[in-house]
Amino acid sequence: MGGWLTRTWMAAFVLLAALTGCSREPINSPYEAGSLSENALYTAFVRQSPKYLDPALSYSSDETPFTYNIYEPLYQYHYLKRPYELIPRAAAAIAPPKYLDAQGSVLPQDAPGEQIAQSVYDIPIQKNIRFQPHPAFARDAQGNYLYFPLKPGELDGKYYLTDFHDTGTRGLTAHDYVYGIRRLASPRVASPIYSLLAEYIVGMREYGERLKQRDQALRKDMPAGQRDLPWLDLRESDGFDGIQALDDHTLRIRIHGKYPQFKYWLAMTFTAPIPWEADRFYSQPGMAAHNLSINTWPVGTGPYMLVESLQNRLHVLARNPYFRGEPYPCEGEPGDRAAGLLADCGQLTPFIDRIVFNIEKESFPLSGKFMQGYYDIPQVERGEFGVAMRVAASDSPEKARTYREHGIQLPTTVETSIWYLGFNWLDPVVGQGDTPEQQEKNRKLRLAISIAFNWEEFIAVFQDDQAVSAYGPVPPGVLGYRPPPAGINPEVYDLVDGKPKRKPLDVAKTLLAEAGYPDGRDAKTGAPLVLHYDAMTGGGSNPQFDWMRRQLAQLGIQLDIRSTDYGRFQEKMRRGAAQMFMWGWLADYPDAENFLFLLYGPNGKVKYGGENASNYSSEAFDQLFEQLKFLDDGPEKVALIERMQAIVQRDAPWMFGYFPMSGGAYQQWVGNAKPTQMVRNALQYIRVDPVRRVEKVKEWNTPRWWPLWLVALGIALVVWPSYRALKRRERETAFDANEASMPLSSSQETRP
Amino acid sequence: MTGYVIRRLLYGVLILIGVNLLTFVLFFAVNTPDDMARLAIGGQRVSQEAIDRWKTEHGYDKPLFFNAQAQGADRLTDTVFYQRSVPLLKMDFGLSDAGRDISREIKLRMGPSLALAIPTFILGLFVSIVFSLTLVYFRATRLDFWGVVVCVLLLSISSLFYIIAGQWLFAKMLRLVPYSGYLSGLDMVKFLALPVLVGIVARLGPEARFYRALFLEEVGKDYVRTARAKGLTERVVLFRHVLRNAMLPILTGTVSTIPLLFMGSLIAESFFGIPGLGSYTIDAINAQDFSIVRAMVFLGAALYIVGLILADLSYTLADPRVRFE
Repeated sequence: MGGWLTRTWMAAFVLLAALTGCSREPINSPYEAGSLSENALYTAFVRQSPKYLDPALSYSSDETPFTYNIYEPLYQYHYLKRPYELIPRAAAAIAPPKYLDAQGSVLPQDAPGEQIAQSVYDIPIQKNIRFQPHPAFARDAQGNYLYFPLKPGELDGKYYLTDFHDTGTRGLTAHDYVYGIRRLASPRVASPIYSLLAEYIVGMREYGERLKQRDQALRKDMPAGQRDLPWLDLRESDGFDGIQALDDHTLRIRIHGKYPQFKYWLAMTFTAPIPWEADRFYSQPGMAAHNLSINTWPVGTGPYMLVESLQNRLHVLARNPYFRGEPYPCEGEPGDRAAGLLADCGQLTPFIDRIVFNIEKESFPLSGKFMQGYYDIPQVERGEFGVAMRVAASDSPEKARTYREHGIQLPTTVETSIWYLGFNWLDPVVGQGDTPEQQEKNRKLRLAISIAFNWEEFIAVFQDDQAVSAYGPVPPGVLGYRPPPAGINPEVYDLVDGKPKRKPLDVAKTLLAEAGYPDGRDAKTGAPLVLHYDAMTGGGSNPQFDWMRRQLAQLGIQLDIRSTDYGRFQEKMRRGAAQMFMWGWLADYPDAENFLFLLYGPNGKVKYGGENASNYSSEAFDQLFEQLKFLDDGPEKVALIERMQAIVQRDAPWMFGYFPMSGGAYQQWVGNAKPTQMVRNALQYIRVDPVRRVEKVKEWNTPRWWPLWLVALGIALVVWPSYRALKRRERETAFDANEASMPLSSSQETRP
Repeated sequence: MTGYVIRRLLYGVLILIGVNLLTFVLFFAVNTPDDMARLAIGGQRVSQEAIDRWKTEHGYDKPLFFNAQAQGADRLTDTVFYQRSVPLLKMDFGLSDAGRDISREIKLRMGPSLALAIPTFILGLFVSIVFSLTLVYFRATRLDFWGVVVCVLLLSISSLFYIIAGQWLFAKMLRLVPYSGYLSGLDMVKFLALPVLVGIVARLGPEARFYRALFLEEVGKDYVRTARAKGLTERVVLFRHVLRNAMLPILTGTVSTIPLLFMGSLIAESFFGIPGLGSYTIDAINAQDFSIVRAMVFLGAALYIVGLILADLSYTLADPRVRFE
């Protein structure tokens, strides 16, 4: 017994030693031994793994750290310059379009947009770009592809790309871009962007219809729900004029009319190259059942490639050995040099060998691990975490000191996004109105509400001052934005001492009376004015809703909150059933058109299924928008944007709300980090200092064992008396010791 | 007994069909295939065209229950319900709406779920029984009184609190374990230590109180007095005689849950970042992935049915008087 106990204790000790003492890393390290000393960046993803890594499908920001670092679209944004500047990525240069009239004759660059029938982009592609190593490219000595077609059984046991022994590569050509863009039209790929691009790219919609027929023919005799479908080869000559490879390194794109913003779509991964070999490789029987597809194991030419992927657990990007190396920028915005962001000027990127993404569903472990040094950046694709830390630091001197001691960097920037409160233009009370008289009344009602709603207070209370008031739909950093005092909304603000000040409440009350609701009651019936706010989330007692109710109560207006989940909210918006609502927009590209189109009539959500959620419709605004679409950046465009902003400021279909800030949170050993929501391939510019990381992590994670000894002592203090009591009880008899020792004879003697 | 088991299994098939129907109706009562497509596609510009393509690609373009356009039996078979349900009965879970093989995911995630659930289950049961027997041994003393108070306190607190408090104390303050995460092999011990401890503490209150009540009822019986009269020590009386005779209700609660250990813990796995089936289910619910939700509900129901049959069978082992003939 004693030997067994000794052996058990010894085994426990050895196990503990193996887990703690023998490791040089702290016992609470969530990584394998030695991981922290590698040239790797550790970060997290929340909720779930990126849903789509297929460039034709990916449209969510949480997917971008993967897609934008694996794939290389033609263009990109300069990492440091603000306002954002478009620069070549896989392209050799930014190609200006050539304009053609209806007869195909070349027009001058300043030709009026209406005359332009087609814009032709001839984009030169760099010649030294190679795809990442991938089994789809692997060939045998005779030049035959090794992994397609696969023989039966060859896929057995292969669930990861690394299960394929051989890999290969090849150079990037314009044909890969042609294949990638043709694929957007494939009926097997529900690309969210197909409808939009098909409007512009010549022949794309017709090509999509032809592909649908080809696909139906291929599926003809197959049972419903069949996972493995024959390959839909998009190399065939049955292409379309809109996308052509003039030669191996020149891509021609033809679009209808003039669309200056088209260049920005070429900076998004929707237009990334897809090698036909990969599509062929993944279309083989059994691949879907083995989770092998472009969506799970992407193939690109970017600085990183996916080498490990465990769904909702872990994803690892590793340096693409065939990446050509892109020089770190030497220019930035003022202050970048002082911040040390230009120190790596000209050095080849990427700097980091591996990027490790771990799942972190809850905020407490995420922030805890970040403070322990186990995450270098808590989230690379989102800015809320950095903003929250800044707020925490401003609220708590203790936290501010901790962040300072840890050397955490918390830079912020205003992002190209907006949160607005919209009025449904189709609503009889807050919408456009039927008659000119009613229209004017409704406009005054909207303006009265806009004045009463104190967005500065909203930002202070609910955004912790980490946002900027919006005076119009165009955010900072975008051509056409004018900061105050010049850019204020004169319908809602006055300039006092050169600063914007919300108009007095009396002005709002006067407007309300002119709208037919003196003191918030209908002038004809005397009934109180009740407005309805449709929320996309939360319960009716949300503090934000209470605050909204109070804002309108200042005018005597009652606000009814109708909360629902996001799916139902979207349904209401599609039906035009909401009266007032709040919604946000994150820019696809840094151009005013991408915000003003949210108010463009033919983009109305109810009638056309577009993104104009308030269904605003103004002939004057729409005419100007038509002109804006054709304008290149310049003073004329700025002047037009100002006129458009003036129209919506007067009509007030939105309360313009606020432009949220985005914040980065970086450990002291992270270099070259700059918060941005527009530059999505930022990982290649970041560097880490693993030596300092190891040193600091060790310093911050010394285990504290003494409370456990105290607990053990406490348990012993309870157990020992209990054990003694137990033993005593077991030894007890029905009589006490004296009675038990009395001679039996004496008791017998007492018997009668 | 074989006849009994076969009869129960046949009932189980009917129950599974009912569960599948109920899951289907409930899911589609709050979600339309359009909603699912919109959420699955994501992004800012979801066109109806993209939604229609997604539905076609994922087989949600058909009517849910009855296809009026079809002829003959196709009216019932060419529907989402039929085509999604029949493979389930063969335990073919198919692909998730995101295109991943559900059966493989289940196989991969079963390991981490069991790595957490089995130690929590065994140690939790052991600790609860020992604790409750100790209270019974010291019944009507201060130790018993304060033990019951502790049990009431423990069962009054949400398990979420234990998780957060555990992470705060052991991960943040003492720095003895990682907040969350999972590694395979020997490394898993440091990731599982805290969740297992939290699991044991969270179930100690309700279980110890329940078991204490069972044991107290038993210690008053004649056979216990007889055992004591024979001169057996109280320890032997409690652990050998009382425990064995109180096993039936304990088995009802424990054996039936054994198969459900495969399903993992919904909350603990999410908080501790353990890649098991519990977090898989939660992720699917958040993503409105009907294929996974349906598969997990179906699997859970099947395992529960198996668990109940096992519990019935275990009665015969615990009490030789129980027979199913």
